[in-house]
Amino acid sequence: MKSKSVKWWLYHILVGGFAIFMLYPVIWLVMSSFKQSETIFITAKSLIPDPWVWDNYKQGWEGIGGNSFGVFIKNTVVLVILTMIGQVISSAFIAFGFARLQFFGRGFWFAVMMVTLMLPYEVVMIPQYIIFAKLDWLNSLKPLVMPAYFGHPFFIFLLVQFIRTIPRELDEAAIIDGCNTFSIFYKIILPLIKPALATASIFSFYWTWDNLLGPVLYLNSPSKYTVSMALNMFLSNETVSNWGAMFAMSVVTLIPVFVVFFMFQRYVVEGISTSGLKG
Amino acid sequence: MTPNILKKNLTGYLFISPFIIGFLAFTLIPILASLYFSFTKYDLFSAPKWLGFDNYFKMFTDDPRYWQSVKVTVIYVFAGVPLRLAFALLIAMILNTASRAVGFYRSLFYLPSLIGGSVAVAIMWRNIFGDQGIVNILLGMFGIPSVRWFGDPLAALWMLIFLSVWQFGSSMLIFLAGLKSIPSSYYEAASVDGANYWQKFVKITLPMLSPVILFNTIMQTIGAFMTFVPAYIISKGTGGPLDGTLLYSLYLFLQGFEFFNMGYASAMAWVMLIIVGILTALIFMSSKYWVHYESEGGR
Repeated sequence: MKSKSVKWWLYHILVGGFAIFMLYPVIWLVMSSFKQSETIFITAKSLIPDPWVWDNYKQGWEGIGGNSFGVFIKNTVVLVILTMIGQVISSAFIAFGFARLQFFGRGFWFAVMMVTLMLPYEVVMIPQYIIFAKLDWLNSLKPLVMPAYFGHPFFIFLLVQFIRTIPRELDEAAIIDGCNTFSIFYKIILPLIKPALATASIFSFYWTWDNLLGPVLYLNSPSKYTVSMALNMFLSNETVSNWGAMFAMSVVTLIPVFVVFFMFQRYVVEGISTSGLKG
Repeated sequence: MTPNILKKNLTGYLFISPFIIGFLAFTLIPILASLYFSFTKYDLFSAPKWLGFDNYFKMFTDDPRYWQSVKVTVIYVFAGVPLRLAFALLIAMILNTASRAVGFYRSLFYLPSLIGGSVAVAIMWRNIFGDQGIVNILLGMFGIPSVRWFGDPLAALWMLIFLSVWQFGSSMLIFLAGLKSIPSSYYEAASVDGANYWQKFVKITLPMLSPVILFNTIMQTIGAFMTFVPAYIISKGTGGPLDGTLLYSLYLFLQGFEFFNMGYASAMAWVMLIIVGILTALIFMSSKYWVHYESEGGR
């Protein structure tokens, strides 16, 4: 046992040490947000703030251009909820069709979906923008939220894989009991794919919360900005070099991401391992 | 066609109809529109003017910034993706033990991937590589003179590459799942035959893992080509210094939405589509030389 324990210690010191090294920038960011703004770079060598101050959070929360940071958070939460509902429900509906129903052209449409999975957003970005501009949808949530209600290829793929693991005998038994196709979806499949729905919801949350390109394209008035745009605006106002406030609000935007991760880790890890979801 | 089959088809199409409508409205029509715009001069406000192949000619022969963005992107993709995957595989193998703490480490190493695409992290990265940032302090501790990361185009690009390598976590998770599926009896048999670590890695781990590596390579390559946020934030939307971080997506964005050359940007998008398509096809085609699928007989 003794010789093993030396190896054990060595392993944990090396791997744990490397983990700390990897995460040091994040720890530094969090600690710096509690330092006095002027001293952040002078004292970059020491991690622990001296003295601890909350000023940065107070200042950062005041926001920019008369909009408090709370407004940006509210905007982002609204966007996330609307997007998440749309992506998850529509993807589940579509995935059921692909995984369970027999129809002419199913293979073709499934292949089309797999191709869109690999399609760079940049290719459709400009014409989409032109279309939404013609519809007079600029500076509203519509261009960001609407496409979510037509399914998301990654989630469709994830859910199809998951539905395929559910025994078909369940469907057949339900048909004998007089269920129609829709009630099989609603009563049998939907409750059984809850774990996969959770995974899809979590990733939908992450991607929408972090999204910068979409809001930069479609939202113009600061009162509609999301948190990523607000941070971007902090950065362009950098002449004041209020690093402290910017760091503090960066930390604020990271907190929900961490909280969701540590609460639902299992779904995140399984989602990535089984479907290769990028994360 | 019997009514029953017709009903089956209708139900099927009813369920996938959101996808079909969305595909037509948000993908196929925009792609075709983009092809048309790529042959025009269009600024969104006046009607598109037909130019023929002028945008493409200009791009390839008369736009040094375009070639700069191609160069920067190629370095970014071909340095970043292999480094990231190698790192992911190395850490996955280290973590592929029976230790109970693995779950905890796995989460820690995944965190950078989780937050890596956010503006907050790009801001953080900008600052740790600053002149007085902790990277230079660390270099100083090893007696290496500090680097002016924002003063040199190549150094600034490496700053972006490091950010991409830092986010090796999601590939690591996929590799870990792959490693777990290799039967331990293979390694035991190899040990009996006297194979060392390296031989086991080359003869068992790599071949068994190659489908997973292939999948990761494709997805990460496409993802790397599309990288936008870090370059946009770190260079404050300019692609500087001296266009050192002018990734393809960023230049496309600037052409489209700063200079309002929608036609030119569409042409850039089409070239990107073709390049990504060719690369994907190449990776798939070359796979038969290095990917080992377990025989799937009797399927």
